[in-house]
Amino acid sequence: MAKRITIDPITRIEGHLRIDCEIDGGRVTNAWSSGQMWRGIELILQGRDPREAWIFTQRICGVCTTVHAITSVRAVENALNLEVPLNAQYIRNLIIAAHGIFDHIVHFYHLSAVDWVDIVSALKADPKKSAQLAQQLSEWPDNSGATMKQVQERLKNFVDSGQLGVFASGYWGHPAMKLSPEVNLLAATHYFQALDYQRRINQVVAILGSKTPHIQNLAVGGVANPINPDSQSTLTIERLYHVKSLIDEIGAFIKQVYMVDVAAVGAFYADWTRYGAGVTNYLSAPDMPLDTKGTIFDMPGGYIAKGEVGSFKAINAFGDEFFKQGVKESVKHSWYKGDGNRHPWEGETEPLYTKFEDKGKYSWVKSPTFNGKPAQVGPLANVLCMFAAGDKATVKYTTQLLDTVSSLAGARVGVGALHSTIGRHAARAVRTAVLHDALVRHWEALIANIGKGDYATCNEPVFPRGEIRGVGFHEAPRGILSHWVVIDGGKIRNYQCVVPSTWNAGPRNSEEALGPYEAALIGNPVADPQRPLEVLRTIHSFDPCLACAIHLLDTEQRELFRVRTVA
Amino acid sequence: MRQSISGNLTGRPATLPAGLFCEPAAAPALVLGIGNLLLGDEGAGIRAVEELAARYALPPEVEAIDGGTMGLELLPYLAGRKLLILVDAVRTGAPPGTVVQMELADSSGFFREKISPHQIGMAEVLSVAAFTGDLPGRIVLIGVVPKEMATGLALSPEIASKIVVMADMVAAELTAAGFPLARRDPAAE
Repeated sequence: MAKRITIDPITRIEGHLRIDCEIDGGRVTNAWSSGQMWRGIELILQGRDPREAWIFTQRICGVCTTVHAITSVRAVENALNLEVPLNAQYIRNLIIAAHGIFDHIVHFYHLSAVDWVDIVSALKADPKKSAQLAQQLSEWPDNSGATMKQVQERLKNFVDSGQLGVFASGYWGHPAMKLSPEVNLLAATHYFQALDYQRRINQVVAILGSKTPHIQNLAVGGVANPINPDSQSTLTIERLYHVKSLIDEIGAFIKQVYMVDVAAVGAFYADWTRYGAGVTNYLSAPDMPLDTKGTIFDMPGGYIAKGEVGSFKAINAFGDEFFKQGVKESVKHSWYKGDGNRHPWEGETEPLYTKFEDKGKYSWVKSPTFNGKPAQVGPLANVLCMFAAGDKATVKYTTQLLDTVSSLAGARVGVGALHSTIGRHAARAVRTAVLHDALVRHWEALIANIGKGDYATCNEPVFPRGEIRGVGFHEAPRGILSHWVVIDGGKIRNYQCVVPSTWNAGPRNSEEALGPYEAALIGNPVADPQRPLEVLRTIHSFDPCLACAIHLLDTEQRELFRVRTVA
Repeated sequence: MRQSISGNLTGRPATLPAGLFCEPAAAPALVLGIGNLLLGDEGAGIRAVEELAARYALPPEVEAIDGGTMGLELLPYLAGRKLLILVDAVRTGAPPGTVVQMELADSSGFFREKISPHQIGMAEVLSVAAFTGDLPGRIVLIGVVPKEMATGLALSPEIASKIVVMADMVAAELTAAGFPLARRDPAAE
């Protein structure tokens, strides 16, 4: 007899997500992903000046501010066919890469590691042995026994004080936790160090973005950073060299700590390469433009069907027809009027709430499709597409990570293992290393371009009479993000955001195909339905961020977390 | 009612994380407005901090920041502060429009009873700050119980009328804590 569990909300994510599973014989046999807040943010933009849309879209979500800002200006520039000066492209690219690195480090260490790492068990570790193990794995200088002991004492004080604080939502002592106390202490130590490095990389965003928490330097047509090598109040060479030193500091952490930790977790949890593949159509955006028109990209993107890397088809430019024509959104199982598929430019957001109906409507998230099929987006899609396109850094870091996993696991682990729950973490680490290389390249390109005497940072937009349409896309930390804008007489008439978590968290589509979260859960083990850690592992591996997928808070939701089981 | 999205609240750059080459050390007092400006009354905290900066001249010891709905990005802004005043929309069970002020003496209490509607928000940040030792010496929460949190830039009239009240409460709290604020001269603006 199948048992039904409802996890509502999923914790340690941004936004409100409910997951329902049927469990039979210790496995998930059916699943539903339901976004519990309504999206309507685009309505605010109707009638507004397209030049200020980005200032509003960056408020959609507290996690993805920068990405909504950048995608918005790209959408309006695409509608205007407006070129962007090279300096502006490079500055935006630096912000994109730095933000991506920040986001991935925070996701692995601070939001999802506790699905795999038993923090309480770390108290039993011998710090010397943890240090020995760490030093075998990596040349990172901050892996000493004294460092591990310090972190262990800090943890002990925390636990002794009776409040676990940030660790309160973990499933300590769960049978699916497999790491030794020493490995757990090693991971806890890096959790702590990662807090420092995520700060440093975010300073790059702060300096280039002119102000954090919310960046202020964007403009339709470029960036608002005046460049003057001689002036103290603008983006000076001195500031740019400070950015470079921050970039260098974070590089060692990514390559000697993050990549290694993910490989170790992957090797110790090698069985998790068999779970969580789900939808293996992958979609990603090319990004980091190298020209003013957005036709040459440093990082390729495109579409892979049915997990076949050889089927890769590239998206080649902003406004590429292959991408523009491929995207539709279904509302058959979403709480909106209608049941058809609509293109985002024709998209409507008219709510029609029913209750949660397994076979009917059950989510506030729409269900996007690419050429009629659901597609998985995110670092895994990105890495597979860039691997297929032969991107050198992606091939290098993927091979390096899989080699480390293979040697730790004592068995050959190939690229095929990436189609899995743990594979999404591995891909995110590879993506972080690739982004870091790009950060260095684009910093050098910016300096070289300024060195040529080019100080241009913005082209003035001019809006024609009549209707124009544009799409902007960006390979954001959680995957391809696109903004679709219809402008009439210089005012916004329609604005739709198709966000990464919509692609992944969407419900069944009009053909009844399961969304990526749902499909990935099928076959997952669940040892204890009351403590469904394994379900969280798979869902967290996507790095859900539902705050922009949907909106409007359920104010009556007072409990932090609950699991209901129904026999 | 203002419908814009705020720019720089204090008219000078927000303090960048400690140790950065060109910025002064963190001001000892931080007023942090949090919330989502796109969701009606959810943005009340930020509007109150804007009001504070409009009504009062902030001394160098006081910094006011619009934190939006950010999570761990806010961590560096907490380090080195003696006083943190959080200004936010809160749920306490009291009727909409109720203005509350409370001392967060025990940071864990804040997490047990989740009074802010944000998901990964201040609770997460304060909890990590407690772990890293970056928790400000004192944390005061000044909040208002929201009425409407539907998509939209405007505050409901019940909440809009409380923005000045909240700004004055923040000013009074700062003054009592040894950071006196002078009213800006309305005629001069």
